[in-house]
Amino acid sequence: MAAGKEIRTKIKSVQSTQKITRAMEMVAASKMRKAQERMRTARPYADKIRKVVAHLAHAHSEYHHPYMIAREPRRVGMIVVSTDRGLCGGLNANMFRTTLLQTKEWDAKGIGLEVCTIGAKAAGFFARVGGAIAAQASHLGDAPRLESLIGTVKVMLDGYNEERIDQLYLVYNRFVNSMTQQPRIETLLPLQADPAAELKHHWDYLYEPEAKEVLDHLLQRYVESLVYQGVVENIACEQAARMVAMKSASDNAGKLIDELRLVYNKARQASITQELAEIVGGAAAV
Amino acid sequence: MTIHVDIVSAEAEIYSGEAEMVFAPALMGEVGIAPGHTPMLTRLKPGEVRLKLSDGSEEAFYVSGGMLEVQPRMVTVLSDTAVRAHDIDEAAALEAKQRAEQMLSDRSAEIDYAKALAEYAEAAAQLQAIQRLRQRSGRG
Repeated sequence: MAAGKEIRTKIKSVQSTQKITRAMEMVAASKMRKAQERMRTARPYADKIRKVVAHLAHAHSEYHHPYMIAREPRRVGMIVVSTDRGLCGGLNANMFRTTLLQTKEWDAKGIGLEVCTIGAKAAGFFARVGGAIAAQASHLGDAPRLESLIGTVKVMLDGYNEERIDQLYLVYNRFVNSMTQQPRIETLLPLQADPAAELKHHWDYLYEPEAKEVLDHLLQRYVESLVYQGVVENIACEQAARMVAMKSASDNAGKLIDELRLVYNKARQASITQELAEIVGGAAAV
Repeated sequence: MTIHVDIVSAEAEIYSGEAEMVFAPALMGEVGIAPGHTPMLTRLKPGEVRLKLSDGSEEAFYVSGGMLEVQPRMVTVLSDTAVRAHDIDEAAALEAKQRAEQMLSDRSAEIDYAKALAEYAEAAAQLQAIQRLRQRSGRG
């Protein structure tokens, strides 16, 4: 029964793999719930600041902030949000594919590209394909703080202020539900105000101390909050994708174990039959 | 007459409700806002936002800076999650740039590693070939 022992150890190793994938699945499921909660608590700020910026677009201000003026793109910036770790199905690969399609389009038009990566996977990807990485942040953990994103966002905003880049995009995975995640490319700059019907009459804010300073401050926070929202959403996506990937891995391991067990039982029966035949044969010979 | 007040930070909602009057630590000095105030946009210093509620009680929230938007019927306080200053932001930006540079230089180390791995595989293959030749000659 040499083959039997081999199959037994194989079954054991598949079983221990299954144990790991099942544990990962459960961890991802509980982390996903927390990440969704975090997504929900971050939403009011994003909604409010979006509203303020929409009001601002309708205010008849004498001062026009550079973030609100569209320029002819010669070079664009991209903030790419990815996960730090793998084993989450095709989440990152799908997003990078979408990104590459977009960058090729820009390439064809002769538009330069500068990226800023959040998450280790994006950094690795752009280092491999040879993108110009201006800034990087990774290992933010499951509960990222806004402060850890300030630096990376500021590098891109400075790029926009210095006219090194003329447009700024955010790439992340949108959390639709736990089975579906969608790669998204969103325009951060120049600002696109959605036309609200209210506040149509001629008015303007009272700025204190000065319009430029206040707007600088506000719009920087606006972009930061959008990026933060993207990062938080991407974490929820990561956990959901990992949960699904690990579930299918556990199922596959189960199938493999069943098959191996069948082979093992057949081999065992064959060897018993053979032994019996030998004994009967021996007895007949005596 | 009350005014609707929302106090939010990027990571959580802090307060949402009606108030009779709002006091906030604006950059140019503390401001008091009553319903019907003219639209205003200002920065906040780290300090206390106080609300006078319609039942006469007061509530206070600490903010570490941020923005204050006033519309005639609502007040929005966008609180920062940490004390922010120009040079702190600047330092964070520098750090992010350095991380990117460091990663790109690490990449060259990775390339060296890949090259070494390839050389190693080649050497191992050669060694194997030599051993096979020896065995064959030993047999023959």
